[in-house]
Amino acid sequence: MDTKQAFMLAIKSLMASKMRSFLTMLGIIIGVASVIVLVSLVNGMTLEMMETFENMGTNLVSVSIRGRGGNRTVTPEQMQEFVDEHPEVIAGMTPIVNVMGTTAKYESNSTEPTVTGVNEYYKDVKNSEVETGRFISYMDVEARQRNCVVGTFIVNELFGGADPLGQTLKINGYNFQIVGVLKETNGGEEDTNDDIVLIPYTVAQKLSRMSFISSYNFSAKDKDCVQDVVDLLNAFLLDIFSNSNAYTVFNQSEALEQVNELTGTMTMVLVGVAGISLLVGGIGIMNIMLVSVTERTREIGIRKSLGATPWDIMSQFVVEAITTGAIGGVMGIILGIAASYAATLLDMTVAISLGAIVIAFSVSVIIGVTFGYFPAKKASKLNPIDALRYD
Amino acid sequence: MIKLTDIYKIYKDGDGGNEIRALDGINLHVKKGEFLAIVGSSGSGKSTCMNIIGCLDIPTSGTYHLNGQDVSKLDEYSLAKIRNKELGFVFQQYNLISKLNLVENVELPLVYRGLRAEKRHEMAMTALDRVGLADRAQKYPSQLSGGQQQRVSIARALAGEPPVILADEPTGALDSKTGSDVLEFLKKLHREGTSVVLITHDNSIAAQIPRVVRIHDGKIVSDETKGAEQ
Ligand SMILES: Nc1ncnc2c1ncn2[C@@H]1O[C@H](COP(=O)(O)OP(=O)(O)O)[C@@H](O)[C@H]1O
Ligand SMILES: [Mg+2]
Repeated sequence: MDTKQAFMLAIKSLMASKMRSFLTMLGIIIGVASVIVLVSLVNGMTLEMMETFENMGTNLVSVSIRGRGGNRTVTPEQMQEFVDEHPEVIAGMTPIVNVMGTTAKYESNSTEPTVTGVNEYYKDVKNSEVETGRFISYMDVEARQRNCVVGTFIVNELFGGADPLGQTLKINGYNFQIVGVLKETNGGEEDTNDDIVLIPYTVAQKLSRMSFISSYNFSAKDKDCVQDVVDLLNAFLLDIFSNSNAYTVFNQSEALEQVNELTGTMTMVLVGVAGISLLVGGIGIMNIMLVSVTERTREIGIRKSLGATPWDIMSQFVVEAITTGAIGGVMGIILGIAASYAATLLDMTVAISLGAIVIAFSVSVIIGVTFGYFPAKKASKLNPIDALRYD
Repeated sequence: MIKLTDIYKIYKDGDGGNEIRALDGINLHVKKGEFLAIVGSSGSGKSTCMNIIGCLDIPTSGTYHLNGQDVSKLDEYSLAKIRNKELGFVFQQYNLISKLNLVENVELPLVYRGLRAEKRHEMAMTALDRVGLADRAQKYPSQLSGGQQQRVSIARALAGEPPVILADEPTGALDSKTGSDVLEFLKKLHREGTSVVLITHDNSIAAQIPRVVRIHDGKIVSDETKGAEQ
């Protein structure tokens, strides 16, 4: 008997009792569907987080200085000197001076944005772009010009979306001239990267009455240099403060790795749970196959009397089990993909993984073989005359 | 062609420890092209004997040669091959597979012989035609009368053109009219050269068969061939 026939025969057997076949497959269907949905969800989540991190800049290294002992700080000039010494790994550096409790006013409108003092390299370090106008320049920083660049939330909130270039913005009572608008990155929403005002850090220092700068951001030339930059900074700062508690060097790719590790563990746990459901499905197949062998003892006897070899009988039942597994697998895949799309409608990010589909399908076929083997072996060993007499 | 020597088939009675000697020293020689009836009352051991001849069962002791080959030395695969090529079975209860249609039922022995689909179909249709049921090929067993089902099982037995047909009470479940039709058909097969071993408890049927072997309590009590004595 060839494979195609065995397959047709299996389909016929399964069709003969549709409800039972479906119930047999249910375990596999649910198992496969849940593997696909869970992996898709975790994948989507990972992608979303990666994107967030990527936006922040994976090449970003930040330094925060608490400062202890005599040497209270590192000046921007010292930092710039350090950067200039390592052009092969460091692409840029900006001081970060956050001005607290700020109010920005235009005519009678006011809002409370994040006001940050930066230098001209900020936009490269942070991957931000200017939509219209220009960014804070070297001259702005040197001459302590009260110029600013604003995010789109400010434009919409204070200017009703009209072009704000050249307009005057009152920040904590000081007049600033708007010289540029940043490209929107977070849908123009409040309390995001679109709700900020960037000013020269020299001006920000005055505004916040901060004598020293406690935070710097660096960007590495590329991902592979990040660790070098971290190491160089650590060495440089230890040399200055002689105490590693006085500062922190932090980089995004470390955090990214942690996220990856976390989602990896999550995937494993979820797939493990789904795997148990597949196992239960497999036992369901075995159970029904055993019943089926008993029910069809007489049929097996007839087939043997007509010349079926043990192998013929065995392959008939194994193919039937495989077919059950495979059909269940395909149905599970369809259900899984449908459920994943349904999750998209609920505003969840899903990324359907081809790998998960392939693995889920293979596992269902393998379960078919494994759990079909025992009943099939049992059927093939039946003595023809005993099988014929059975009723 | 079929040669049984000192065949015993002994069943152990479950709790009593009594032995049931279903076959109690059978010696039987069937030549090619013979039409033989094994006759006896119910429980005399006829079916047991036929199952051994049909390689469906193995004797407790004794030897069985089929075409000169000692069957007891063969494995399950060789036995399957013999059942497939050398023998055709007709059972009292027809033993058709209910979820297969008639032509698929008749094709079964050819499937296990590994023939191509077209060839199989052609041979199965020829066999169905011989029993006059070619026009019902796509019907299912449950849609037929008992006599028709028995004709299908005969078609299945002869589809692979085996040299021997073994029929265990083929008319047992049929009324006398359809029963005699079936018998006529077996006679026709015999005239065309097939060896036939027929089992029956019905003396009126036995009377129509050239050679009659009577069994009682697992022993052969007579073996008569018509014409030989006269
Ligand atoms: N599987 C079995 N186990 C125990 N006894 C059996 C078995 N098969 C047949 N017998 C016994 O062997 C004897 C002969 O049976 P059988 O060959 O079927 O008789 P017949 O076909 O002539 O009616 C009977 O007494 C029957 O009870
Ligand atoms: Mg009997």
